[in-house]
Amino acid sequence: MTPTAAPAPTKSARPGRPTPSLARLRDPAWYQEYGVYGAVAVVLLFNAVFTDHFMTADNFRTQLVQVAPIVIVALGMALVIGTEGVDLSVGSTMALAAAFLPLYLGYGLVPALVVSLLAGAVVGAVNGSLVSLVGLQPIVATLALFVGGRGLALVMADGQLKQIVNPDLLSLGTGSFLGIPPVVLIAGILAVAVAFLVRRTTFGRQIVAVGGNRSAAALAGLPVKRVLIGVYVICGVLAALAGILATARLTASDPSSLGTLMELSAITAVVVGGTPLNGGSVRVLGTVAGALLMQLLRATLVKHDLPDSTAQIAQAAIIIAAVYVARERRSR
Amino acid sequence: MAPPEAVPQAPERVAHAAPAVLEARSVSKRFPGVVALDDVSFSLRAGETHALVGENGAGKSTLIKVLTGVYRPDGGELRLAGAPVGFARPSEAQQSGISTIYQEVNLVPLMSVARNIFLGREPRNRFGLIDFPRMHRETSGLLDGFGVRVDPRRPLHTLGIGTQQMVALARAVSVDAQVVIMDEPTSSLEPREVETLFRVIEELRGQGIAVLYVSHRMDELYRICDRVTVLRDGRHIHTGDLAGLDRMQLVSMMLGRDVAEVRRAGVTNFAAEGHEAARTPVLTATGLNSRLQLHDISLSLYGGEVLGLGGLLGSGRSETAKALSGALPLDSGELTVDGTPLKRLTPAAAIRAGISLLPEDRKAEGIVPGLSVRENIVLAAMPRLSRAGVVSRARQDRIVDIFMKRLRIKASSPEQKVGELSGGNQQKVLLARWLCLEPKVLLLDEPTRGIDVGAKAEVQSLIDDLAREGLAVLLISSDIEELIEGADRIVVLRGGAVAGELAGEDVAEDRLLEVLADHAPAPGDKAPAAEEDHR
Repeated sequence: MTPTAAPAPTKSARPGRPTPSLARLRDPAWYQEYGVYGAVAVVLLFNAVFTDHFMTADNFRTQLVQVAPIVIVALGMALVIGTEGVDLSVGSTMALAAAFLPLYLGYGLVPALVVSLLAGAVVGAVNGSLVSLVGLQPIVATLALFVGGRGLALVMADGQLKQIVNPDLLSLGTGSFLGIPPVVLIAGILAVAVAFLVRRTTFGRQIVAVGGNRSAAALAGLPVKRVLIGVYVICGVLAALAGILATARLTASDPSSLGTLMELSAITAVVVGGTPLNGGSVRVLGTVAGALLMQLLRATLVKHDLPDSTAQIAQAAIIIAAVYVARERRSR
Repeated sequence: MAPPEAVPQAPERVAHAAPAVLEARSVSKRFPGVVALDDVSFSLRAGETHALVGENGAGKSTLIKVLTGVYRPDGGELRLAGAPVGFARPSEAQQSGISTIYQEVNLVPLMSVARNIFLGREPRNRFGLIDFPRMHRETSGLLDGFGVRVDPRRPLHTLGIGTQQMVALARAVSVDAQVVIMDEPTSSLEPREVETLFRVIEELRGQGIAVLYVSHRMDELYRICDRVTVLRDGRHIHTGDLAGLDRMQLVSMMLGRDVAEVRRAGVTNFAAEGHEAARTPVLTATGLNSRLQLHDISLSLYGGEVLGLGGLLGSGRSETAKALSGALPLDSGELTVDGTPLKRLTPAAAIRAGISLLPEDRKAEGIVPGLSVRENIVLAAMPRLSRAGVVSRARQDRIVDIFMKRLRIKASSPEQKVGELSGGNQQKVLLARWLCLEPKVLLLDEPTRGIDVGAKAEVQSLIDDLAREGLAVLLISSDIEELIEGADRIVVLRGGAVAGELAGEDVAEDRLLEVLADHAPAPGDKAPAAEEDHR
């Protein structure tokens, strides 16, 4: 055997000028940015071939309705993570918003919604102040309201589940607009709005700059504290909105269990969507796709009669893959 | 103008010389889109101090990382004492006797000095536990040799950066090294510490240890190095004795430019004549006080002049610049811009008043590495380039285009990430960030540190131009030549207080050194204990 030049001219690319498509496939950064879309496509393709009644409007409707609250929370989470932070209190914020709803529904739907969203804003403002003014680490700062928020929600609701009978609120959960469930519509609109915020507004670009290098941003005269508080407020309001929508679908306010483990689902969606945990970048569309991927994966496994525990293991594998790809990129 | 590829009289690979300890043969290293090293060969002899020079992006760092096992070469081989070796990871290179001191201190800040020095090879007592008394004793003995006297139990991060560098050096030398690689070791050292470093290098030479010395400072190279290797654009350009090599020739090899051209340009790129300063100051600072950092600093900056801020490491130069830009919390003091006192001292307020600061630490306080060149340039100007909070790409592109051309920023496009650029181009991006705000006062903290010769010259002539256009410039530089040639007037700091001012004829090296040396430490000298300790 003579080790002469193998007939693989594309692989033995000239130094520094490998063929673009091949280079991309070898570049981990490419996977971090676009891998999630590929994975969604693969899962859909798999189901189209192997799962009965998956590619139907009804099924998609169900999947989208289920994923919408996660998407809404994850959008806020993506912004927070973009500033090198994390918000653990989103699940408790959902519960708090749900607890406020029945208390103020007597004054009408709009006052109740306003109060609930305001509760989310207050939680966000507290988180943001702890992070930016007091200087606590985000994971510690938001841990306080992760624990305390749900406690407060239970106090507000007397620890009881309350039926919701307001028809307007219920229609948010079960109605449909142009054939699309309102929850899905709202999530879609918010995704577009947040994408616009991140890409085209001064505030959005400042979020990314603060996350990318906080002291540089401060020296450049950016309102770092205001940006941080703003980000946590947005995250809190979005979580409250998700809490309202989930309550509407549930037809009951259940502060003891609503939104539990939501923070993990949201963080997962953000990370799987390609947003690095060390800040400086927010991938909105990726986050939506990340949430969708986890949802479809779970649905696929359930439809094939695999137990939920298997779904959890599969999710873990996806998370590890996402984190692995991100790690490769950093160490380069 | 064909770049001179090599100098004719270069005595390459002299037969009678000492044997090669470490050798790289036809080493290549590629990254996606870049050839960082292209067929580079060079050898390091026992007992020599070998300079490795080149502009940023020449491949110095990559070569060092290949030699120390951080990267594996794509082609070629390494030979240690004649035998081929391959390092899978840095620890293998270390075990083979290759020690490295990086530009930024690579130690564990929260651990004690002694634990840092003995990290991974702690002495054990008979119970197999760490023998702390012995470790502390040996650390003290070792550091004494470097003129550093600190408590070995102190956490490393409580020491000055120069002292930390000495600890790193002590660690590198104490591990039975055959080869010590030093990457810009003097960039954060005081002159006194530099002398200690040179003494240590002499001792290493005596012990037959090879030193690979990377530095941008020509004086140092000529003082302590025997031979030099020049890299440019990832290729080996020249290896030879330093003694017979003319300084200009060396620079021209690094730049790939004509000797005559370099000679015409001078050592620094400042114009010989000074500037015409305005009569009334643009910026006046009165009685700036910040506990333990600044003591009653007052100074005035005039439009059209370059005011140099002199002083040794830790004298409060950077703190003063920060205070002038509203970034340092003050206990008392006032800033007046064009006769109007600033009400609030924040970076945002200072920027609005027309004061811009180019910070010392480009990586930590300057660039946002993940953002594009465009976004880094417009970072501070974003609100001005937006309508109702929505950014205007057209306006941004216009500004960015102007400044990329004016400062000759080399990037594949405005959308390239700043983190991928060379140090010189990153610095130009930061200058653009401030210049696009059209400031009245520009505070430059070490604007040419760690950037290549070409970019350095460009930045220097830019500073000249800006002063000529009427800007008030404050220049901080550890490079004495740069300070003397660049500044019209120099305020010298010591221990966080003004120690003297030089103007006109007095702006000269000997006068500056006099002021630096004459003054005893100010009473409230803030120099941390560690710096007083070693003498």
